[in-house]
Amino acid sequence: METKKIEVPVMADLFSRGEKPEYLFWVGCAGAFDDRYKKVTRAFAKILTHLNVSYAVLGKQESCTGDPARRAGNEMLYQMQAMQNIEILNGYEVKKIITICPHCFNIFKNEYPDLGGNYEVINYIQFLDKFIENGTIKLDSEMLGNARITYHDPCYLGRGNDIYAEPRSILKKLTNDFVELERNKSFSYCCGAGGAQMFKEAEPGKKEVFIERTEEILRSDAKIVATACPFCMTMITDGLKYKNSEEVKNLDIAELIVQVLDI
Amino acid sequence: MVKQIAFALALLITLGVFTFTVLRLISFFKFTKSNFPVRDFGKRFMVMLNVAIGQTKIFRHPVMGFFHALVFWGFCVIIFGSIEMVIDGLFGIERSLKVLGVLHDLIMASGDVFALLVAISIVIFLIRRLFLHISRFEGIEMKKISHQDANLALSMILLLMISLLGMNAAYVQLQTAGNETIYGVYPIGALIAPMFGGLSLHGLHLAHEFFWWSHILLIFIFANILPYSKHFHVFMSVPNTFLSRLEPLGKLTNMDDITREVKLMLDPNATFEAPAADAPISRFGVKDVEDVSWKNYFDSLACTECGRCTAVCPANTTGKMLSPRKIFMDLRARMKEKGPLMVKNGKDFSDNKSYLRDYVSEEELWACTTCNACAQECPVNINHPTLIVDMRRFLVMEESSAPGGLKTMFANIENNGAPWQYSPEDRMIWAENLDMKVS
Repeated sequence: METKKIEVPVMADLFSRGEKPEYLFWVGCAGAFDDRYKKVTRAFAKILTHLNVSYAVLGKQESCTGDPARRAGNEMLYQMQAMQNIEILNGYEVKKIITICPHCFNIFKNEYPDLGGNYEVINYIQFLDKFIENGTIKLDSEMLGNARITYHDPCYLGRGNDIYAEPRSILKKLTNDFVELERNKSFSYCCGAGGAQMFKEAEPGKKEVFIERTEEILRSDAKIVATACPFCMTMITDGLKYKNSEEVKNLDIAELIVQVLDI
Repeated sequence: MVKQIAFALALLITLGVFTFTVLRLISFFKFTKSNFPVRDFGKRFMVMLNVAIGQTKIFRHPVMGFFHALVFWGFCVIIFGSIEMVIDGLFGIERSLKVLGVLHDLIMASGDVFALLVAISIVIFLIRRLFLHISRFEGIEMKKISHQDANLALSMILLLMISLLGMNAAYVQLQTAGNETIYGVYPIGALIAPMFGGLSLHGLHLAHEFFWWSHILLIFIFANILPYSKHFHVFMSVPNTFLSRLEPLGKLTNMDDITREVKLMLDPNATFEAPAADAPISRFGVKDVEDVSWKNYFDSLACTECGRCTAVCPANTTGKMLSPRKIFMDLRARMKEKGPLMVKNGKDFSDNKSYLRDYVSEEELWACTTCNACAQECPVNINHPTLIVDMRRFLVMEESSAPGGLKTMFANIENNGAPWQYSPEDRMIWAENLDMKVS
């Protein structure tokens, strides 16, 4: 089997050549800097290449959407970030944005319009599901040996934006043994990182939120816990380590698809 | 005639006290801030139909939800009987709505059956509250008075149902004994009517009068206790669902005054409009009750302290201080404390206390993950996270107060455009040496 080098297209380069890609792939801070989540970014870039999608990233011009600042109460900093981002996005005449982070997705979709940033915002899970539904991506449940897979709903995909069906539809095509956690869909339990908790110590209590959720994941007897959010991934991976249960794999849906497609 | 006068007097007092209470509440609403404009009546009506009338969120706990739904639907039916009683009382008629014919039979029959169903549900609720230690009825915000309030409301509803059934039974027995027509159908009333079999016609008449007056007076008293009780949700929950925030749960409200400032900062050519000299100095975020929106306060009045929000809160369930229920109970309590003082001394009055800190602590606020489980769960569509973030906004923007980790995160975003200390120059490292297999 041969390998091919992927050159990830950068918006500024394309624009200088007079090209306009169909999608902007918004990588996000975790996607660019978090060592674990970089692998998810790479996986998704592989899928985009595999599908021959016309896309580009902002690269060095990308900056935080302002989500953690906003949820921590720093509206001023959020709006500064948002307005600067909108200026860059509009400068490149961006119409469609794909995000791999539910927090970036939520803020682009629901909050940037208040500041004049209007885009068609697509979460990568919805994007992938579309290609799976129309048969462009063919998934074979045998590839993962029909391992038991469960799914942890990221709050900003699920309750925040009512995206429950697509991740499940994909996972049920990846295995015949998909199980729900006790608290799932709109009843889902947070990983503990949202609302800028990712960046601070937890308040005193009797337990960490991510431990509570990890214990629930372990009760499902799943071999793989699929996630679709960088913060959820950090928390659950930590939880599995803490519980000495690293035989349970915490993988992103995009990574699972790359494994099955063997690309 | 004496009965009519007595009734009219009782009704007048009831309405008088109720009007006083409502006007007082309206005067408190005047201190609150504007919020989203109430448009999309069609959409709002559907939300109300769904969440309030259909009890869809209550049914997220299917078993107890079912009993609550019985109580709610029971109230919806029984209220027609109460309207009939008011008409009867004022005009000295008996069963005035009998002119509706079959419809009257239907209303009376369903009210009669529901009275029993409601009574059974209430007994179950009382047993749960009094004997089973349900964890969501506990918490730091649940004082002795909160429990007494709940038990009083339940007991009154139980008495209302007993008096209604007693009235129906006495009526059936009275009409039967006197060979008079029974207007309306009373399946449960007829079932228990033989209990009054030993009474003379006069005794039956007295029994009926006793239950009639007990029922209507209890309604009048209950209606006037409600606005001071957590059970105000009987009045407030249906309108509160109609006034629901229609945005996705994930969305936070934009602060337009910040937008103006940021636009000025980013665009040096923007024309600077000096604010009018007498414009009130606005505060960023929420510190006290005068900073909350009318919707926040409405939410606090619609809250029935069921604790479903707190029971699903990741912070609360792992032992942190935050309880979403407390946020709204505190808001209501603080308005009850400061509202009258502001009515008396003007909006700028300060009693050197505030909703933030004297009621809600910073520790509670910083524990929120904005996961929206509370807002998702609330049976009357209260939105907790937006109010929590509004208080964080005050802390951060007015006082520069935040946990250390968050301050570092702010500084990183300001300096290098990421919540961590990484240079923008490194944003493409992930894409280096990226190969894919091709077959």
